Amino acid sequence: MAAQKLPLAKALNESLRKALETDPKVLIMGEDVGKLGGVFRITDGLQKDFGEDRVIDTPLAESGIVGTAIGLALRGYRPVVEIQFDGFVFPAYDQIVTQLAKMHARALGKIKLPVVVRIPYGGGIGAVEHHSESPEALFAHVAGLKVVSPSNASDAYWMLQQAIQSDDPVIFFEPKRRYWDKGEVDTEAIPGPLHTARVAREGADLTLAAYGPMVKVCLEAAAAAQEEGKSIEVVDLRSMSPIDFDTIQTSVEKTRRLVVVHEAPVFYGSGAEVAARITERCFYHLEAPVLRVGGFHAPYPPARLEEEYLPGLDRVLDAVDRSLAY
Amino acid sequence: MTVESTAARKPRRSSKRASAAGKPQSSEPQLVQLLTPEGVRVEHPEYAIDLSADELRGLYRDMVLTRRFDGEATALQRQGELGLWASLLGQEAAQIGSGRALRDDDYVFPTYREHGVAWCRGVDPTNLLGMFRGVNHGGWDPSTNNFHLYTIVIGSQTLHATGYAMGVAKDGADSAVIAYFGDGASSQGDVAESFTFSAVYNAPVVFFCQNNQWAISEPTEKQTRVPLYQRAQGFGFPGVRVDGNDVLACLAVTRSALERARRGEGPTLVEAFTYRMGAHTTSDDPTKYRHDDERQAWEAKDPIQRLRTYLENEGHADAAFFTALDEESDALAKRVREAVRAMPDPEDMAMFDHIYADGHALVDEERAEFAAYQASFAEEGK
Repeated sequence: MAAQKLPLAKALNESLRKALETDPKVLIMGEDVGKLGGVFRITDGLQKDFGEDRVIDTPLAESGIVGTAIGLALRGYRPVVEIQFDGFVFPAYDQIVTQLAKMHARALGKIKLPVVVRIPYGGGIGAVEHHSESPEALFAHVAGLKVVSPSNASDAYWMLQQAIQSDDPVIFFEPKRRYWDKGEVDTEAIPGPLHTARVAREGADLTLAAYGPMVKVCLEAAAAAQEEGKSIEVVDLRSMSPIDFDTIQTSVEKTRRLVVVHEAPVFYGSGAEVAARITERCFYHLEAPVLRVGGFHAPYPPARLEEEYLPGLDRVLDAVDRSLAY
Repeated sequence: MTVESTAARKPRRSSKRASAAGKPQSSEPQLVQLLTPEGVRVEHPEYAIDLSADELRGLYRDMVLTRRFDGEATALQRQGELGLWASLLGQEAAQIGSGRALRDDDYVFPTYREHGVAWCRGVDPTNLLGMFRGVNHGGWDPSTNNFHLYTIVIGSQTLHATGYAMGVAKDGADSAVIAYFGDGASSQGDVAESFTFSAVYNAPVVFFCQNNQWAISEPTEKQTRVPLYQRAQGFGFPGVRVDGNDVLACLAVTRSALERARRGEGPTLVEAFTYRMGAHTTSDDPTKYRHDDERQAWEAKDPIQRLRTYLENEGHADAAFFTALDEESDALAKRVREAVRAMPDPEDMAMFDHIYADGHALVDEERAEFAAYQASFAEEGK
């Protein structure tokens, strides 16, 4: 397999397969990851090919999944755990925040915690409560964790393997509503660094910064704006901890305007961090305040309302217009 | 029909009597005991143990030195040298007995009170004091002595132990893992989840619960309505209650549980029935929630005195042994005191160290900013 078109979900599956083949210490753990292949089939066929000892169906207990993964990591394994949905990570939040994030520092660097926590996140699939949330800021706020999210199949394939190879705990947010989007995956290409942002589209008038599921919305907004004669640059952050501010800064120094877009609530969200840092770095370049588009300070709404809650093309373009009006 | 079962049928929630009725775990403990509080050796059909006089003296020495270390640390806290101390006073037998049952290749996951187990693992006791002095959050390399860092969040480490044990089994090794926790932690979800995981995966782990009767100010009956060791049955593995003030019984029962784990027969829950003679930590005031007579009753079961009585009665130790041990205790206390006072504060920049194994751009940036900020004072001072 070299370059081929794959759905993002299949790219993740191929990535896990590669990781299992490459390193006998890699383990897959989670609820329903074995015979079923995960509720989104990300682990489809892996238990059949690698056995129950490597692809482990766990009891339905998220703290137990992450807590035992920590113990396995201490024994020299590299567990990749699946949390079934974003809203189910909270029973494991204690283990992730008080244990996984801090143990390396508490041992003064003597031990490593190469654990990847995969979380399908975000809305747009008509799900019930606790199945559509975007809690990435809660993890990015915690020192000791790294937080990333791919937006496309190629990044899904490469970033997951890089996360597994990392000696640090990585929270890997998968944009679940992009699972079925196909993209080119070159399995022999040499990937860029895990925590570097990517300019997904060049433009001159304004920068849209986004990650995960919102990159596609921003690219569509940029295409729509092009028809109105506006040249929009789109930066895919790829990593929320650390954030590659240099790439955003370079873009904003060129375009002089920035709108940050994510599904998570705007209040205390990663957009706030980007806005604050870029304002500090680019104060004399900016022609407009950094604007943010995202979810509201409300629980994720019932599915029939989610299209109003989620930033769509119109809300992004509205923010573009507001920025350009300064 | 007993008074207890009558009371259980007619709970009087607000009365002291109803509360007492909810104390089945202490009413008739089915303890494994090999050495009575009077220092008399007794046998138990399932837990035989045969120790030489040398080994018995060794256990006594471990308990005495651990108690002395603990007492010195308490004193150092009172003198302002430590910010906090969690004393193990009264729990020496549970810790030394279980700790001496371990093999070098076994792995220990402690709470924050396992100073005696650390001693058995060969961890320098001064290493334990760093976090209480506030110079680090642990600081030792767990793999050096197979003794994990102290864990402050109650019960979290039982899952780490289970995962580690799952790894041991995957490796095909015959090592065992032991997780320490207290009666309070038994209420935590993580402990229940570790029981589930270890049973499902048949993990070679021993859960060693030191039921010291008090979770800060809350008695055991605020944690459970059944004796703690009986919890194991519902998860599908054996539970056993041992006299936690009897070092021989703790050694025998833990050894048996570890051997069971090594044979691939899965986890065991050991409930060491003991008593925290001191406060929960030096910040605690037990006079607000428990009576002196309770402590006095437990002092009569003191783990060190009962072994001493046995050693003396059997002629296993002479006066010279006890004198030499007193001197060794004094020397240990002196060494600990000097080491704590000499313990340097960490460098300012240490807070940026070891947050990530592979580095992190924000940490690098903030480290540089803070270094520049600190350097600006040095320039001012010129």
